[in-house]
Amino acid sequence: MKSRKSVIGLVLFALIVVAAVFGPMLSPHGVGELSVQRLAAPSADHWLGTDLHGRDLLTRLMYGARISLLVGFVGASISLVVGVAYGLVAGYFGGRLDNAMMRLVDILYALPRIVLVIVLISLFDLKLKHALDGTFLASLATHARLLLLFVGLGLVEWLTLARIVRAQVLSIKERPFVLSSRLIGQRTPTILFRQILPQILPIIVTYLTLALPAVILEESFLSFLGLGVQAPLASWGTLLADGASLLNPIATPWWLVVFPALTLTSTLLLLNLLGDQLKLDQGSR
Amino acid sequence: MLPFFTRRFLSSIPVLFSVLVLCFLLVRIAPGSPFASERALDPATQSLLEKKYGLSGPLPTQVLRYTGNVMQGDLGESLKFRGRTVTEIIAQSLPRSLLLGSISFTLALGLGIPLGAWAAARNGHTTDTVLNTLALLTLSIPTFVLAPLSVLLFAFYLHVLPPAGWGSFNQLLLPSLCLAIPFIGSCARLTRSGLLQTLRSDFIRTARSKGVAESKLVLLHALRPAIIPLVAYAGPLAANILTGSLVVEEVFAIPGIGQFFVNGVMNRDVFLVSGAVLVYCLLLLFFNLVADWLTALLDPRIRLSS
Repeated sequence: MKSRKSVIGLVLFALIVVAAVFGPMLSPHGVGELSVQRLAAPSADHWLGTDLHGRDLLTRLMYGARISLLVGFVGASISLVVGVAYGLVAGYFGGRLDNAMMRLVDILYALPRIVLVIVLISLFDLKLKHALDGTFLASLATHARLLLLFVGLGLVEWLTLARIVRAQVLSIKERPFVLSSRLIGQRTPTILFRQILPQILPIIVTYLTLALPAVILEESFLSFLGLGVQAPLASWGTLLADGASLLNPIATPWWLVVFPALTLTSTLLLLNLLGDQLKLDQGSR
Repeated sequence: MLPFFTRRFLSSIPVLFSVLVLCFLLVRIAPGSPFASERALDPATQSLLEKKYGLSGPLPTQVLRYTGNVMQGDLGESLKFRGRTVTEIIAQSLPRSLLLGSISFTLALGLGIPLGAWAAARNGHTTDTVLNTLALLTLSIPTFVLAPLSVLLFAFYLHVLPPAGWGSFNQLLLPSLCLAIPFIGSCARLTRSGLLQTLRSDFIRTARSKGVAESKLVLLHALRPAIIPLVAYAGPLAANILTGSLVVEEVFAIPGIGQFFVNGVMNRDVFLVSGAVLVYCLLLLFFNLVADWLTALLDPRIRLSS
């Protein structure tokens, strides 16, 4: 956190998170609360208007933020863990193992991953629901689709990080302090986690700020197509899809499209700018 | 050169094969039947239908039967669009998606490279900052945000362009632009950072000290090495345009392969889904191959290996 710009960015993002967590509690309208004011334009009572069923859009946007951000955080973290572990192992052990592992990454790069995620998610949420029912995880069963989204999107995004981490490890492992740890007989896991990992931490943090918008974007993409988050849950993507489906030439409820679009875009822009700034702070471009 | 293509071609066969098998298995294992409809189907009819379409027997047999057919060029028959083969559906819908995609691809490169070069040439000036922020903005506006917004603006408020459909030039304009805009941004950013790096190198300083004009310097000397990262990105770019096309086809009601794919997944239409995924993979592997080849053409230091 060297520059003021990145601090400002972080604070703004923290505000969004706060709005998502506490906003719905402060709102006078419940998230599923129906009213007779269907498709009402923005007013003093409903700041951002209401939807087809008279639900308050602002409240729904803040609830949607919870889902969108949650999927973003968890998805990005999964990709982080997988990517870092993969890159560490490939880079550190090198040789034939490295070759094979990176070849696999190349192959996965060349596949339409999001298409495969669509297949995976939409086909398996029922199956997972049944599998979870009856176990101690039964309470999770209703969120099977969400769990699949976490895993699916996490597995899409790890490839880039694996490449970056591997490249870093390749150069770091030749540095004197790693060689000397090896000489004094430190064990491999210790070297990996105590010596090498701290060195690449800044890069990982930067990557997290860039993976977050990517995952949020992919979640809304899937939700927009009707393949992601499902009612009664809502995310920014489903809200936008709801709005887009009501577009018609006679009486367009523009607020149902414009406000979710603005929310999503400004959040993504903020995160991308923040990631860019962090990269600049580290002296790379 | 030729061994490179042969090797790449051969190495992509197992990849395609495993994706095909994986996809077929996923759709078959998944709950829900392609034959399900509002009325309950009696088991006898169900098993007859399964037999007719080659979906009876244990899974490994089904997979073998299907991959065998595919190798003979038979992608099977759609289970929801009865009486139409998958090959027929793809032959009809793919050209539309490809037309849309190639217009966007051309727009992305054709506008992105000049804009990026302009920003790099004006590095540090206001122009650069404005262009760079604009590029980041286009990257943050997802296609599915841009598409409904532009329909709202151009079709419903300004009444200058049709909101949806397929067939005329006017109907093509809005979807291809919506699809292209994020990629114009990423192309511009890549060109800019590539150029900035190149402009700092020794041979540029030499050229500059010889008195080569600044515009000539950028266009004739620096641009070629600078766009190498961009060419390497062209493969993933094509991929992203392909998947971005899913949304654009949905919003603008374009009967492209994306619509059929999404439909197929919802309906457990196993042959349609596997066929579409196969086409997606083939296209991607092809684009990546071309991108690698072009990269080596532009930079003689890069050798074509496996």
